[in-house]
Parts: sequence; structure tokens; C-alpha cells
Amino acid sequence: MKKLSFVRLSGLAAICAIGLMAPAHANEGGPALDRAPIEKATDIQALQRGAKLFVNYCLSCHGAQSMRYNRLKDIGLTDEQIKGNLLFTAEKVGELMTVSMPRKDAKEWFGAAPPDLSVIARSRGSEAGSGADWLYTYLRTFYRDSSRPTGWNNMIFPNVGMPHVLWDLQGEQRAKFAKVPDAHDKTKMVEVFEGFEVAKPGKLNKLDYDRTVGDLVGFLVWMGEPDAAYRKQLGVLVMIFLGLFLLPCAWWLNRSYWKDLH
Amino acid sequence: MASKKEPVVVTGLGALDKPAGDLITWVDQRFPLMENWKAHLSEYYAPKNFNFWYIFGSLAMLVLVIQIVTGIFLVMHYKPDAAKAFESVEYIMREVPWGWLVRYMHSTGASMFFVVIYLHMFRGLLYGSYRKPRELIWIFGVLIFLTLMGEAFFGYLLPWGQMSYWGAQVIVNLFAAIPIIGPDLSVWIRGDYVVSDATLNRFFSFHVIALPLVILGLVSAHILALHEVGSNNPDGIEIKENKDEKGIPRDGIPFHPFYTVHDIFVVVIFLMVFSLIVFFAPEMGGYFLEYNNFIPADPLKTPLHIAPVWYFTPYYSILRAMVWPFFWIDAKVWGVAAMGASTLIFFFLPWLDRSPVKSIRYRPALHKYIYALFVVCFLILGYLGTLPPTDGRTLVSQICTLLYFAFFLGMPWWSRMGQFKPVPARVTM
Amino acid sequence: MSNEQSVDSGRRGAIVATSVVGGIGGLCTALPFALTFQPSEKAKAAGAPVEVDIGDIKEGEVKVVEWRGKPVWIVRRTKEMLDSLAKAEPQLADPKSERKPSELTPEYCRNQHRSIKPEVLVAVGICSHLGCSPSGPFSPGVNVALPGADWGFVCPCHGSTFDLAGRVYKAKPAPDNLEVPPHMYLSDTRVIVGEDKKGA
Repeated sequence: MKKLSFVRLSGLAAICAIGLMAPAHANEGGPALDRAPIEKATDIQALQRGAKLFVNYCLSCHGAQSMRYNRLKDIGLTDEQIKGNLLFTAEKVGELMTVSMPRKDAKEWFGAAPPDLSVIARSRGSEAGSGADWLYTYLRTFYRDSSRPTGWNNMIFPNVGMPHVLWDLQGEQRAKFAKVPDAHDKTKMVEVFEGFEVAKPGKLNKLDYDRTVGDLVGFLVWMGEPDAAYRKQLGVLVMIFLGLFLLPCAWWLNRSYWKDLH
Repeated sequence: MASKKEPVVVTGLGALDKPAGDLITWVDQRFPLMENWKAHLSEYYAPKNFNFWYIFGSLAMLVLVIQIVTGIFLVMHYKPDAAKAFESVEYIMREVPWGWLVRYMHSTGASMFFVVIYLHMFRGLLYGSYRKPRELIWIFGVLIFLTLMGEAFFGYLLPWGQMSYWGAQVIVNLFAAIPIIGPDLSVWIRGDYVVSDATLNRFFSFHVIALPLVILGLVSAHILALHEVGSNNPDGIEIKENKDEKGIPRDGIPFHPFYTVHDIFVVVIFLMVFSLIVFFAPEMGGYFLEYNNFIPADPLKTPLHIAPVWYFTPYYSILRAMVWPFFWIDAKVWGVAAMGASTLIFFFLPWLDRSPVKSIRYRPALHKYIYALFVVCFLILGYLGTLPPTDGRTLVSQICTLLYFAFFLGMPWWSRMGQFKPVPARVTM
Repeated sequence: MSNEQSVDSGRRGAIVATSVVGGIGGLCTALPFALTFQPSEKAKAAGAPVEVDIGDIKEGEVKVVEWRGKPVWIVRRTKEMLDSLAKAEPQLADPKSERKPSELTPEYCRNQHRSIKPEVLVAVGICSHLGCSPSGPFSPGVNVALPGADWGFVCPCHGSTFDLAGRVYKAKPAPDNLEVPPHMYLSDTRVIVGEDKKGA
């Protein structure tokens, strides 16, 4: 009985505290993120398609300075394939994926130098979702906005400096906003996002475009930590060793000494 | 050396076999090997009623070793240079053979160190391990805890990510709140007007050599003090007060082999938890490795949401809870003072506690409620410290801060209140 | 109670089992740490084979390229220089490149001129004595260490001398000939150093 009330008291305190904290919590985060098809980060075929997209669309402005081209061998490409199809900014497969655009020019053109993408998928995580979710949503929610110098804006990265580089694939979309009265102040009107409408179709339909972005995001996730899959495989072995072999031995040893005590 | 044998009674290790025994005799005539072996292991009598809470001291030693060994290997590849530091961490993660494992062990070890230390400290609280005659053990322990916080803070700057950078910026600026000398002091600590290469280099030096030496010294003092007075136990009974005719405590058992085999077993369980994190969730959902720290430090742009690593967040909440100026002194100064006080107050615990019994087992139910409330407050403060502040959250953290300090400052009174249970003469298993 | 009492058989088994399994675990943990000492991907990339254009090397001149952080000489030898090789042979320590052939001289270079094309020498310019880089090539009489009609390279550190095929002269501190790295011709004027047909 005593234990119960002990627990109950702490529970009560916790609930009170959460009650006070929660209302603010719901207001955060902005638009919800779409879930990225994360299984693509371990799918060789998708990763190879993603690598090609990455090199073609991203690498001219962004670098991946911690990645070497020959690391792509881990996703099943050969030196010859890398040399023939992917080696844009370097001469040798052992080189790093550096950026060809000078940082100074980039700052002038986009307002900020495009970030390095080596660990971009790891840096974009938040309570709202994983870094992959953020990237997957980001790359699919560019819309036309004539007030921006690039002519593009983004739903989850408002006033982004980057133009929509995948526009030829996705086409152009416009964001529809509706005016509704503010929840707290009925006299004010606020703009609420209603959805996108296609302004100009691209080479891909919506489904194919989502798949393509999924491939690219999968690649970015893989690139964030190329050893991740191996790490997990090794982890299984380590857990088997510790749990099935060392733990019983240690238990036996402990038991053999303590059985006579008391 | 074999020719000059003397009749020495060998026990423990020496009892193994003859050549080994001879060697030990040879060493013993020159160095107090067996004496120390006996004093700290084979004839250190620990209470036989240790429970689950008593493993965290050994685990803390294990984590210390893990941190030192992995740290040594990381230093071989890391570059303490503002222009290279971030990339050198990624270099370790990708290019150094097995570098990812060493780095994840170190980053996981940092967090696990605090998990283990917090539980170890809570054990002390539960069973009154800081009470007479163990005040000095406790004080050395609090010093270890504070040094460890410094060690973690200096180490956190090294990856040179956004969180590293802005965390260091904020913490160093705390010193700027000190009246009169503050602003100059913070410049002196940084060696620059902002956190910069100079700061990185001195933090590197503190992290890899200065503080580890201090920690090793303090740990030795902590253990020497413990072995001088003997361990406390869940019943809070002094086992040395009841010895047999040989002078051995009746409720004591030699630490080795009984607690060594016990610890080996628990170490394996701990290693399983450790491995689960290292191999399957090294970022621990952004708590062990924060997302923003994968963005290189940018002195011109503070990330939207900045929070210290989880083990600092309770104190960070206390800092943020202070929002009003008192007595014409800035809220900032009060915040820093409250945060400092919230860690330093641990030192006074041995004298704040006036309870007639040590262990929670024989204390009134009221005490258990107060302890539970304290733990809940501490956890809430910790959780709130990871979130951006809102009015509601600030209010909660103010209440929790108040209760946190009330726990300590009210202790001389509440610790004497209620109906205490009789303490048995012998330990209960 | 005390541990001096004989260890019973159950305990002995448990001690042995835990020590063996724990020892294996310890070794498996130590191994990755030892392996961090291996060359990193960066070092491997820097040590990758190097492609060199040798079309612009004039007769009698040397081009130095870096391969695995070491200087590799590519010398286009004149007729006169090639003739000096035979004359030098009586004074050489290992004229037929027989010492440590697998390390120092690839099979396709185990000839008098120690090269694929007679006129083009490719050799690592590191003295086999203590690792200095010799200077040269010197024509006879230019350097005091090369008396008489000897052509060759001279190590500035301890005076070891090598002929124009990188073969060490007798009675010098250096024990061995200069290393000829694995290399092959991609075309008439392009050489790749660090890779040969066997390795490819």
C-alpha cells in the first residue's frame, strides 16, 4: 500500500508538470514532415540511382568534403563506373567530393554558401522527424514565389536561398493559401496553407517524382554514415557474444562463489 | 633471486603455485604488492548485503577506463584547429579504420558516465553514505562530479559543431555575469572576443590532459578514503562495530573474490546496454549526439534551438528559471548564482542531513515522498532543459527549482520529522 | 570464507570459462584499436598509383613525382649514360639485382638497365641506407664521391653512391640498390607508377 502511494504521488507530480508543459508543445514545429522511405538507405539499386542524382543535381553547388568517390564502391559501383559516370569535380576516384563553385561567388549568388552535404541527413533531425523526413519533405515542397530573388520558395524552409534544382523533374507548383480568421484574435485574418497546384508539369508524374526524391534522400542518409549498415551487423554479433556466451559464464562464476554464502 | 628465499606466508595470488609465489615474494620485498592487494581487495571487508545500487562505483571506474583508452586513440587522429576540427571528426568516422567505433564508444561513454554517476550519487542519498564518518568520501565524490562536468564541457567543444560552439559561448558568458571582473574574465577564458581557435586549443588541452589528471587523483582519494572507513550498506549499519575474534567484521565478506565476481557479472550486463547504444542508436535520438552538432560551427548564426547535452539540462533549467531581478541585481546574475549553488549544495549534504538513521529503509514514509518529489523535480528540470522555454515551462521550472533548493535547505528540519523504524544490529540480506 | 581455501572444481570451471570467453572478447575489442593504426583512406588515396606524362623529359634529365609521399625519379638516360652501366658493373655490390628482388626490383626490370624501356629509369629516390634522398645524376668528375669515370647518384647523408640504374657501389654504407617501384606504360609517353599488370 505504501509503495503504491509512493508511486502515485510521483505520478501525480509528473502529470501536473506535463499538463503545464504540453499546450506549448503542440504549437511548435511548423508544418508536419512527410515520412521518407528510409528503407532506400540500405537498398543498393536505390542508392545507385540516388548517387547519380546526387552527382548530377547537387554536387555542382554543394560539396561532400568528407566523402571520397571510391567510397561509392560500398554501394556496388566499380572504379570504372565511378570514373565514367560520376567523376565530375575530381580526376581520381580516391579524391574527395569537393565543390567546384568558389565559396565567395556562392555567397554572392545565394546569400549564403551552400552547406556541405556529407552529414546533412544527420543534422536535420528534430522532434518533428528524422533528417531524412525533413529532406524528403523539403525537396518536394518548393513552390513558385515571384517575390524571391530565385523565383522559388519552400514550405518548410521559408525564404530559402536555394532554387528548385529538380524543377525539370517535378515541374512547377504553386502554393494555395486561404485567408481564415485567427484563432486567438477573430478580427485578424491569417494565411493558411491549403495545398499545391501544378502550374507546369515536369518530366515525372507525382508518384515517380516522389520515388526519385526518395532515392536521393536514401543516398544522403547512406552518405551521412556509410558504415551504419556494417555497424548494425557487427552489433548483432557483439550482442550474441555478450548475451549468449559471456553473460552465462559470468553468471556461473558469480553463482559459484555466492552459493555458499548467506 | 630464488637463492634468497625467506619464509613468507603467501596468500591470495601467492598461493597459486611456486614460481609465481617466488616472484611475488621477490616483488614484495621491494614493493608493497600483497599489502595493497590485501588492503584493497582480498582482505577489504565489504558488507555482505550490497544490493543493485552498489554496482555503480565499479561501473564508473569501467567507464573511466573506456573514456581514457578511446580518448587516447581519438587524439591520434583529431585536429584541434578551428579550420579542421569538424572535418577531422568526420575523418575519424569514415577514413580511419574502425575510427567510427572508437568515436561512438567515446561519445556514448560520456553520456553513460553521467548515467552511472547520477545513479551512484542517488545511492549515496538513499542509504546516507555521506554521513559520518564518510563525509570526505562524499566531498571527494562531489569534486569528481564537478570536474567531470568540466571535462564533459571542454570535450563537447572539440567536434566544433554548432552545439559545441554555441554551448561554449553560452557557458563562458556565464562568467561574464560575475560583477566587475566578469567581462574581462570571459575574454581571458576564451583568449579571444568570441569562442575561437584559441579557445578550442586550450579546451583541448584541458580535456585531454589537465582534467583527466585531476580526475584520476580525485578517484584515488575517493577510494582511499572509502577503504579507510569501510563501505556503507543498504541498512546503514557500521559493520566494523561487530567483529569476530580475528578482527573481521561478522557481516563483512572479502571484496575479492565475492564482489569482483559480482561486478564481472554486472559489467557484462552494462556492456550489453553500452553496445546496444554504440551499435544501434549512437545518437540516442539526438540526446547523446545532438543533431545540430552535425552542422559545422558558424560564429555568425545561432541555431534556432540550442540546448546543452542532457546531463547538464537540470542545471540549465535552473539557470533559465531565474527571470526576475532581485535587490537591483540582474536576473542573469541570479541565474548563474542559482546554477552554481545547485551543484555546490551537494557539498553540504553531510551536515544538512540530521536524520537519526542513515538508510531510507528505516526512515518515515514522509522522507520517501520527499525523496520521490526531489527526483521528479530533477527529472522535470532535466527534461525542460532540452526544450525551448515557454511561459508555462518557465513556471514549472521555477516551481521545480524552488523544490530542488527546498529539499536541501529544508533538510535540517524535515530529516528529523516522522516516526523512525528501529535499526537492526546486524545487516539484513 | 577466505579465498585461501582450495578452489573447488565448480569454481575452477567457472573461472576458466569466464577467463577464456572474456579473453576472446578482450582480444576482439583490442583488435579494432590496433587496426586504427593502419593507413587511413586518406593515406591510401594519397598512396594511389600516379600517372605521369614522360613526354616532356629531355634526354639526360630527371622528373621527380611523388608517390606514397616518396620521391620517384624518372630519368631519360642518354646513350652515353646507358653505356656507363656496363662499365660500372665490376664496382657494384649487386649488379644483377639479386638481393631482395621481390621488394626492390620487379621481374620485368631485372636487367642491366633495371627498367622496361632501356632509356627510361623509374626508381624511388630513397637511399637504402637510412632514408635520405640522393642527388644526381652526376657526370664523371663532378662529385668527389664519384671518382674517375663513374657516373651516378650520391647520397648527401653518408656518401653512398649508385650508378645510373640505381645500383649501389661496393663498400658503401647503403646495403641495397634503389627500389624500382611497380610501374607500367599506358602509352608511349604515359607511365603509371604504383601499379603494374600483375597488380591490376
